[in-house]
Amino acid sequence: MDQFFQQLVNGLTLGSLYALIAVGYTVVYGIVQLINFAHGEVFMIGAFGALSTYLLFFDGQTGVWILPIMIVGAIIASVVTAVAMERVAYRPLRNAPRLAPLITAIGISVFLQELVRVFYDRIPFADFPSAKQRIPFPQLDGVSGKAVEVGDVTIQRSAIFTVAALVVCAILLWYFINRTKLGRGMLAVSQDPDTARLMGINVDRIIVVAFALGAVLAAVAGVSQGLQNNNIDFKMGFIAGLKAFTAAVLGGIGNIQGAVFGGLVLGVVESMATQYVPGQFGGGTWKDVWAFVLLILVLVFRPQGLLGARVVDRA
Amino acid sequence: MTVTDEVRSPARASGQPLLEASGVTMQFGGLLAVNDVNLSVHEGEILGLIGPNGAGKTTFFNCLTGLYKPTRGQVRFNGVPLAPKPRAVVEAGMARTFQNIRLFANMTALENVMVGRYCRTSSMALTSILHGPKYRKEEAATRARAQELLDFVGLGRSSEHLARNMPYGDQRRLEIARALATDPKLILLDEPTAGMNPLETRQASDLIFKIRDSGLSVVVIEHDMRFIFGLCDRVLCLVRGETLVEGTPIEVQSDSRVIEAYIGTGESDDEDAGQDTPAGGDEEGKS
Repeated sequence: MDQFFQQLVNGLTLGSLYALIAVGYTVVYGIVQLINFAHGEVFMIGAFGALSTYLLFFDGQTGVWILPIMIVGAIIASVVTAVAMERVAYRPLRNAPRLAPLITAIGISVFLQELVRVFYDRIPFADFPSAKQRIPFPQLDGVSGKAVEVGDVTIQRSAIFTVAALVVCAILLWYFINRTKLGRGMLAVSQDPDTARLMGINVDRIIVVAFALGAVLAAVAGVSQGLQNNNIDFKMGFIAGLKAFTAAVLGGIGNIQGAVFGGLVLGVVESMATQYVPGQFGGGTWKDVWAFVLLILVLVFRPQGLLGARVVDRA
Repeated sequence: MTVTDEVRSPARASGQPLLEASGVTMQFGGLLAVNDVNLSVHEGEILGLIGPNGAGKTTFFNCLTGLYKPTRGQVRFNGVPLAPKPRAVVEAGMARTFQNIRLFANMTALENVMVGRYCRTSSMALTSILHGPKYRKEEAATRARAQELLDFVGLGRSSEHLARNMPYGDQRRLEIARALATDPKLILLDEPTAGMNPLETRQASDLIFKIRDSGLSVVVIEHDMRFIFGLCDRVLCLVRGETLVEGTPIEVQSDSRVIEAYIGTGESDDEDAGQDTPAGGDEEGKS
């Protein structure tokens, strides 16, 4: 039974990370029907933003009070990246066939990875390490170090941070979407962009907000990942982005609760599969296989996703 | 109708028109959907726009509200030329409803109307996240105003219903409330009584009078002639994208060309040649 709870904890931790990233996919999809495959890179750049903030201002210190400032640094890096990406790459393609922005997204993804890989240590006035190999992520008191033991279940401090971050973000997001003017504007645009425009809503601004919102959560996820793995690298956005996209589809793309739920389900399924699938198909090496098997099953039997409503395509 | 001519006339203000469209032309490839249409609406006036199916009425509305950029022609509102952008149009004070109801189906009635307040409230991204006292006050005011408008159109008790679950007639009213939420000076209604029964139609025209009496101008597209002639101060009849007749309901009602346009003359019905009298008369009438 302890094994079960241990895997549940691991799964929820992993799932929280997926969920934080998945929201970015789903929010952008809900507004512009674009799968932003470069979102994984927004997450990666968030982690680098946090690291840069640390190296620039607090190198060598370990106080937990640095963490909020690192998160702010991460958010700034991610939001700037996402907003610039929307402005430069997606907005000119707003009325293009849908394949064009999709391919552009993949191009941006590669571009951003290479940008970080090649130029991170060449940023002037800063003494950053080369990003060509893994860079150690700063370890802070309180959120890293000795794990917490509850019975026989081991909970990493970074895991607590990750889950707490998801809870806080989810609450703030719910509030933002349902209780603020901009959130209402987003809902309106996602349901009918033309009518929203005729009601005086600045659709371009709403799209920017959607990208920024996804970037904020991705930035938090980037910091979480750094704390959990103790290191970051320029490739970290690829597999995390792919899994988060899976989570978003699993929950029903376009549906924010669905993205959070899908992320958690995916994380738990992966962890459980590691533990309970017997023989040669079990263990860590096969966990990605089981994650995508789950995706295929959901797409076959419930194509709209776990929480998605069957939507009629817009007229 | 309940409102008599004596009540109606003082509202008909003179002077500069509120909305003035001149020479509006909309061409889609080879199709001339709207051709050189002039229209002026004065303050407190109810103007009817009639015409057979495909006459270009809705296209003309789309040109007025910035959904389409007219090929030629200009729209002036309050004397100022209007940029063909929906947001600019709404901010200037023109709002509309749609022929096919276009509510935000998965939002409540109240939320739908609150979306209409969007351009009249200032709070932006940062203030709404940090939500200071100013933001909270504005949000409360938005909510109160939305509720007030629902009461105005008679939906006060349905504010928490999802738009898609509301009865058809209520959805039409809700669309009107949402349009009113943008604080318009002029409201454009695209077939507000389509699919309604006689009782609902009567309620709709009462509502339109109520809107006019609150100081707005109204332009309404409709097929129901009795509704139009009982409601409007002036009527404009469009046929094949061109103005056929413009005048008071009585003038338009008795105009033989209007009747021909709707019913056909028999001989010229299938031919677009245009040497027959109605088309010829139209040409003269415009020059």
